[in-house]
Amino acid sequence: MSAADKGAAGVGAVHSLWTTAAPVADKIPAPHIEYAQLSPVLIVFGVAMVGILLEAFLPRRSRYTAQLVLSVVGLAAAFAAVVALAEKGYGTTKAHVAAMGAVAVDGPALFLQGTILLVALVAVFTFAERRLDPKAHGNHVDSFAAQGSAVPGGDQEKAAVRAGFTTTEVFPLLLFAVGGMLVFPAANDLLTLFVALEVFSLPLYILCALARRNRLMSQEAAVKYFLLGAFSSAFLLFGIALLYGYSGTVTYGGISSVIDGTAPMTPALADSTGNDALLLIGVAMVAMGLLFKVGAVPFHMWTPDVYQGAPTPVTGFMAAATKVAAFGALLRLLYVVLPGMRWDWRPVMWGVAILTMLVGAIIAVTQTDVKRLLAYSSVAHAGFILAGVIATTPDGVSSVLFYLGAYSFVTLGAFAVVTLVRDASGEATHLSRWAGLGRRSPLVAAVFAVFLLAFAGIPLTSGFAGKFAVFKAAAQGGAMPLVIVGVISSAIAAFFYIRVIVLMFFSEPKPDGPSVAVPSPLTSTAIAIGVAVTLVLGLAPQYFLDLADKAGVFVR
Amino acid sequence: MSFPLLTVTAAVPAVGAVVTAAVPAAKRSAAKYTALLFSVATLVLAIVALVRFDPDGDRYQLTESHAWIKDFGLRYDLGVDGIGVTLVALTALLIPFVMLAGWHDADPLEDVNPNRRWRPTQGFFALILLVEAMVVLSFEATDVFLFYIFFEAMLIPMYFLIGGFGDRAHAAGEEEAARQRSYAAVKFLLYNLAGGLIMLAAVIGLYAVTAKQLGQGTFSLQEILAARGSGKLHIETSTERWLFLGFFFAFAVKAPLWPLHTWLPNAMGESTAPVAVLITAVVDKVGTFAMLRYCLQLFPEASKWATPTILVLALIGVIYGALLAVGQRDIKRLIAYASISHFGFIILGIFAMTSQGQSGAALYMINHGISTAALMLVAGFLITRRGSRLIADFGGVQKVAPVLAGTFLIGGLATLSLPGLAPFVSEFLVLVGTFTRYPVIGIVATLGIVLAALYVLVLYQRTMTGPVKAGIEGMSDLKVRELVVVAPLIALLLFLGVYPKPVTDILNPSVKHTLSDVHKTDPKPALEAKK
Repeated sequence: MSAADKGAAGVGAVHSLWTTAAPVADKIPAPHIEYAQLSPVLIVFGVAMVGILLEAFLPRRSRYTAQLVLSVVGLAAAFAAVVALAEKGYGTTKAHVAAMGAVAVDGPALFLQGTILLVALVAVFTFAERRLDPKAHGNHVDSFAAQGSAVPGGDQEKAAVRAGFTTTEVFPLLLFAVGGMLVFPAANDLLTLFVALEVFSLPLYILCALARRNRLMSQEAAVKYFLLGAFSSAFLLFGIALLYGYSGTVTYGGISSVIDGTAPMTPALADSTGNDALLLIGVAMVAMGLLFKVGAVPFHMWTPDVYQGAPTPVTGFMAAATKVAAFGALLRLLYVVLPGMRWDWRPVMWGVAILTMLVGAIIAVTQTDVKRLLAYSSVAHAGFILAGVIATTPDGVSSVLFYLGAYSFVTLGAFAVVTLVRDASGEATHLSRWAGLGRRSPLVAAVFAVFLLAFAGIPLTSGFAGKFAVFKAAAQGGAMPLVIVGVISSAIAAFFYIRVIVLMFFSEPKPDGPSVAVPSPLTSTAIAIGVAVTLVLGLAPQYFLDLADKAGVFVR
Repeated sequence: MSFPLLTVTAAVPAVGAVVTAAVPAAKRSAAKYTALLFSVATLVLAIVALVRFDPDGDRYQLTESHAWIKDFGLRYDLGVDGIGVTLVALTALLIPFVMLAGWHDADPLEDVNPNRRWRPTQGFFALILLVEAMVVLSFEATDVFLFYIFFEAMLIPMYFLIGGFGDRAHAAGEEEAARQRSYAAVKFLLYNLAGGLIMLAAVIGLYAVTAKQLGQGTFSLQEILAARGSGKLHIETSTERWLFLGFFFAFAVKAPLWPLHTWLPNAMGESTAPVAVLITAVVDKVGTFAMLRYCLQLFPEASKWATPTILVLALIGVIYGALLAVGQRDIKRLIAYASISHFGFIILGIFAMTSQGQSGAALYMINHGISTAALMLVAGFLITRRGSRLIADFGGVQKVAPVLAGTFLIGGLATLSLPGLAPFVSEFLVLVGTFTRYPVIGIVATLGIVLAALYVLVLYQRTMTGPVKAGIEGMSDLKVRELVVVAPLIALLLFLGVYPKPVTDILNPSVKHTLSDVHKTDPKPALEAKK
């Protein structure tokens, strides 16, 4: 409670600054920042900046190793900081709002930050893979363009390839994105939310454009992602403005108390508060911005194109980590800011969830490209997670947290496998090329089958445990129809997961079919972690469910 | 803590699957013997369980109970009643025969192996063991959710068995065979997965109901029954009906009940004979077993409400399956349709809600397992020899391979429930049990027996008698391995046909418990009622 009081006090201070006769400038207090509690974010941003400096000052040949080591160490240190904070009880008893009301340090925030950091750590391994592509002019190359600024197919590009350039900037870019993602679910006022959104989106737009093969497609994907992302950011920002107009504040606690009618009425607020039009439109626009990042229908249009065009390691990272961050932000918005208007948003979210589950599953059936297939499957999964979000019970929060953890590692693993199946023109993502993969490389096909079964939610995999958790929460929250739609779309979704398995195991291999590249220990580790998490969360999820349970309470 | 016999019975085949899969590619026969060894060990354990089971003792015996996933209310609770322990024994009994019969089914066609990591033989035997482990666990589970997990998970190895190891005797060529095989496998999986997912919704619904009324959600059968007995748990009529339908739908797909049966002929037709036996004699039994255990016990009122509909569907299944069997040109599909007819009988017996009917149904599950295994495996030997499964390609086999023809006849006669062979006893019990409560349905169901005689005898006549057809002349008779498979099954059919008491003694107390759960008593005999 004390935390909430402190937050409210902060709100008051800001208000008086802007709305009443402003005191003289020298009285602005220096912001009180709890550096220790923000350490995971600070570490990641700090390491990212060091990464930039390395780019500037290190010779080309030593950048790769330096960046790789730095990223891994930085992410691991940030994760250790999250664990330390959780150990100290910031996830439970000492949860509070830090940085003058801007950032929450509580259970969901720490849980999601931990998840994002682990996902990023595994993603770094796939980013750093350099054995899949054949050597170009004697140099090891990775999935990223030799020189992002060179025109595809131009002389400059050829020269860059010949010189053996690699884009080691991807590591700092990844770290900046991770930093933004860490803040996003923890943001406790709308402006911080917006800044975090931009901080993690911009590096992702760039990363999407950096594919080494199919550069035009990659750049097209990035432009699409950027344009649609800019739209959604604009919606979000406009929504924030309207909500500020409604409540006179941008902090979550402040808006929530105005909605509940518990905020003290000031003359300055009296004109606009109670204007429900501002509130409803504002909420709708903010929610739109978040649903876009989540990939919920009808804001999912970008996912297939971007997932397909982006370099596959980036796709895996984006599919896993963005979803975690965006759902975290959505949860906080709905549970902290808007619990008072649950009856307004629940019916809309019901519709969105039902549409997302069904559209994702049905359109996926017609896909012929494995990356697009996984994109639509991620849309369907967003729908399942929304079912848990709608539960509006503590169980709902913890089930969503658990699902996000389980889902992100399956996704990372699946996209890592996609990077392995290659032919002369790079990755062979067309499904027909995967025919008979089980005969050529039983192990790789079996691993991919495990991921597909987890996506399909077959018992004894993490996918089932997650799905059961969110459906259970939804049923207990009184959303049984959502559960029924959920199982129906699971059945539809099972069809296309199974189709891929059929293709891999029961079709004759094509004579000119793709080969499976032997990866370095980096990608192997990433895939192995994916499989291990899938099985552990499927067979013995209790520890992690407890963790999610404990982390299920938002600070107000 | 006592010895966890039930866990070990399931763990042995599971470990066996891993060990078999790990055998190097070149050592195919080592893999086969390893798998066989594990399956025989499972059989021994199952027999020990059968011996240690006391029919007059507690309802669930050899129980084990551990927490698994607390948050989901999932417990690792095992225990067997008479029906469960017998079905575990049936499963364990059939698996070694299935393996022996399929000894060469998964050998690579050519010796030159392009990829040393591609190990179909190891995979085939490992998958069979995996299916065995999951089926055994689903018979042993006394926690609804635990049951669900294995009920669903067994689809995956089964799917690979159907799709990966098809019948090589295919008229339409290799490519067409592969296409039909993968169609059959996908159909099998999608039907059963859809059924299972509907059940998942009902399982979650059950959790929501128990969590609301008992404060803590539970899936434990005993806890739910006890809570209902003491009045603490009261499921509303409409909720109970929805939940019942969710559960029943899954079991009706699995069993399979008309009109959800269409996957079975495809799956049995396209898979090898041993895998077909695995489907119909082992895996499908989980469906009928679950109707008896979960539908009736958890939702007694809804079961009574649905009884008329289910009886009519079962009756249609009996007649429809038999009629289509008469019209089949393919031996394996004929046996599949015959099985659909027999599953109709079993479901009839379960929902007639009389003690004879349910005892008959429980016994029928055992007998059908043995008789179908005998018939299907011999049919498999026959088909492998000729390289075709069309009835028209056979004729006069009894002149060249008399032992094969003789065993085929006995299997067939068991299928048509000839008195003196095991299925007769159970079919008779089911019909009597149905007749005492629903005379009209009992009478119509009798038609199923007449049609069974037709399809079995016509099949025998066309394939075995008459002049020796081209392609049959040099046909060899049963080999030692094949005799080892068939002889014990036939001996069992004869033994249980004459003296079924050892099995019925174990089954009957459990059936009584189930009936008392649904608050049904047998109708008074007509003559006595008149007095």
